[in-house]
Amino acid sequence: MALLEVDDLSVTFARRGQRTVRAVDGVSFSVDAGQVVGLVGESGCGKSVTSLAIMGLLPKQPGLRVGGKAVFDGTDLLQLDDRSRRDIRGRDVAMIFQDPLSSLNPVIPIGLQVTEVLARHRGMKGEAAQKEAAELLDRVGIPDPRRRLKEYPHQLSGGMRQRALIAMAVACRPRLLIADEPTTALDVTIQAQILELLKELVRDSGTALVMITHDLGVVAGMCDTINVLYAGRVVEKARRRPLFREPRHPYTVGLLGSVPRLDAGRGERLVPIPGSVRDVLAWPDGCAFAPRCARRIDECVGEPPELSLTHDGRGYRCVNPAPVPGTVPPAGTAAPGATAATVAPAEAAEPGATPAPAGIAEPGATAAPAAGGVAGPVPAPREEEKP
Amino acid sequence: MFRFIVRRLLQLIPTLFGLSLLLFIWLRRLPGGPETAILGERGTPEMRAAIRRNLGLDEPILVQYGRFVRRLLSLDLGTSTSTKRSVTTEFFERFPGTVELTVMAMIIAIGIGIPLGYLAARRRGRLLDHLSVGGSLIGICIPVFFLAYVLKAIFSENLGWFPSSGRQDPTIGATRITNFFVVDGLLTREWDAAADALWHLVLPGLALASIPLAIIVRITRASVLEVLNEDFVRTAEAKGLTERTVRSRHVLRNAMLPVVTSIGLLTGGLLSGAVLTETVFAFSGIGAFVAEAISQRDYPVLMGFILIIAVVYVLVNLLVDLSYSVIDPRVRVR
Repeated sequence: MALLEVDDLSVTFARRGQRTVRAVDGVSFSVDAGQVVGLVGESGCGKSVTSLAIMGLLPKQPGLRVGGKAVFDGTDLLQLDDRSRRDIRGRDVAMIFQDPLSSLNPVIPIGLQVTEVLARHRGMKGEAAQKEAAELLDRVGIPDPRRRLKEYPHQLSGGMRQRALIAMAVACRPRLLIADEPTTALDVTIQAQILELLKELVRDSGTALVMITHDLGVVAGMCDTINVLYAGRVVEKARRRPLFREPRHPYTVGLLGSVPRLDAGRGERLVPIPGSVRDVLAWPDGCAFAPRCARRIDECVGEPPELSLTHDGRGYRCVNPAPVPGTVPPAGTAAPGATAATVAPAEAAEPGATPAPAGIAEPGATAAPAAGGVAGPVPAPREEEKP
Repeated sequence: MFRFIVRRLLQLIPTLFGLSLLLFIWLRRLPGGPETAILGERGTPEMRAAIRRNLGLDEPILVQYGRFVRRLLSLDLGTSTSTKRSVTTEFFERFPGTVELTVMAMIIAIGIGIPLGYLAARRRGRLLDHLSVGGSLIGICIPVFFLAYVLKAIFSENLGWFPSSGRQDPTIGATRITNFFVVDGLLTREWDAAADALWHLVLPGLALASIPLAIIVRITRASVLEVLNEDFVRTAEAKGLTERTVRSRHVLRNAMLPVVTSIGLLTGGLLSGAVLTETVFAFSGIGAFVAEAISQRDYPVLMGFILIIAVVYVLVNLLVDLSYSVIDPRVRVR
């Protein structure tokens, strides 16, 4: 059993007189201790909502419904009452947010913002708490921690603020850390430092880390397993190397294609994905990416495709996936006549493909079972129409 | 901090000069003068001229102003043309009453307004929220003197819970030191006198508090709603802090800045606006006295009153600025 098992998580916002919005739709993944799992996607794809739903931090509002399970160490976090949830938050499961300036309280000193966690979950007070707080700041690489404790967020640089925020998150040695775009608001050099720090924390304490980001560079440098999200659904999940070497979902292909590369030939152009996530709203059925997809075929409309798992936790939600590089794409990839509901496993769809591409792609892969490996095809609920 | 206070107090000097010069000239440009108020319609031009000469009003306006400023430097505000008593003495007797009333009203307005505004924000869209938002609209709309009469009729004349007029029961025979009746009672340990004075403050205080209360409820509510959406509140929640800690340490403190600003402005307004309430409750504060001074064209009283209000305004807002720096380290004064 993994440390955190998210199973068929869905978040819907119902508004009177408007169509129900499915912000997150049937998302499943799991995280083991010491593992880094990435949730990747454009803004608006449901990454942050997923993390907030797991933490129970979605702003309470009428019409909000959270479904599915998020089992942390045997407890379903979604079923907890407010009180037990507060006991777990900050102690066992902690979170790091995107914008360190606005995520810190501007009117109280850094020290108190650290010690209040210690007081709440570890019962530490006075000098002992001060000492521990200073050690925490030291551990996350803030120089002169005693002095920093007395300072206010506006007196710290961006990188220092994010370090302070991380110190607060790791104050109680949580077993699971969720980092929601922890480097987006920072300079590139600082980004690298913060990522290095997070890696260190994971390595030293065996904390599980869920990394939410839109930045494929971050993913490449950190994550063991990656879930690519589009319009609230996981469209592709794979271990890191297979994902980068042979992306199968056209959206993943598009994401990788829109990242500038140093080794690209002169005059080679970036390939942006046309349109934007917003187009989904007008697209009620079928694959949500279809309106922007270059590989769209007739079967894309209708039932949304299920997440077909191949092997080693690898899977994608597509009826006409991109061919594995180096293989000849068979004509009419999705067998005509097949209902678009399920896709045959990748191997079957591509007779010419070498079997077990992941094994080839990643010969040195460590054996840790990949996230979601146990989950079967994930049912893909359709967009709801509110009566 | 100290330099900041001194600088602000020094800024007060040019402000007061400008204000007094403007008003000095403006008041004397008003049609009619003290001589008309004293003589009425029947005075002959000769009699009017005699009174004007007597009061020094026949001299050039700048000469008059010079004399006013010279006297002011020795804290002499001149003599009231209607009561013939020193303006300073009149103020010493009456101003403390108004200050007590204002303080009472602000205590009521803040004491009820901030918690109510906070609760309304937390229960946004529910009954309490609608009640307090609707109630505050009524509070702003109801004329203060009308509310004063209603309160007086119900709680004093019908129920007999509170006294209907005055600042204190004269039969107590309280000792006077500062003319702040509550303070005097405490200083002289005449507890019954202090309690009685306090009791007299309740109804006029309530009436006067209605508008600031409504404004504070609304500003607190809006400000809390804004802070609740801030990222750092989410961080505090993510730390698993108790709701109580999140509320007091993270939400309320950040929501207080706009409220404190409005409190400063409202207090100044109450001091000068207590006239109607004081009239209804026959409360011998400065309001009624100044209202009378206006119709009597009692220049020295009006000038003195305006200057005192200006000083109080500046002092109250200085306090507000100082409390900013306590609440928010980003605006630490230098």
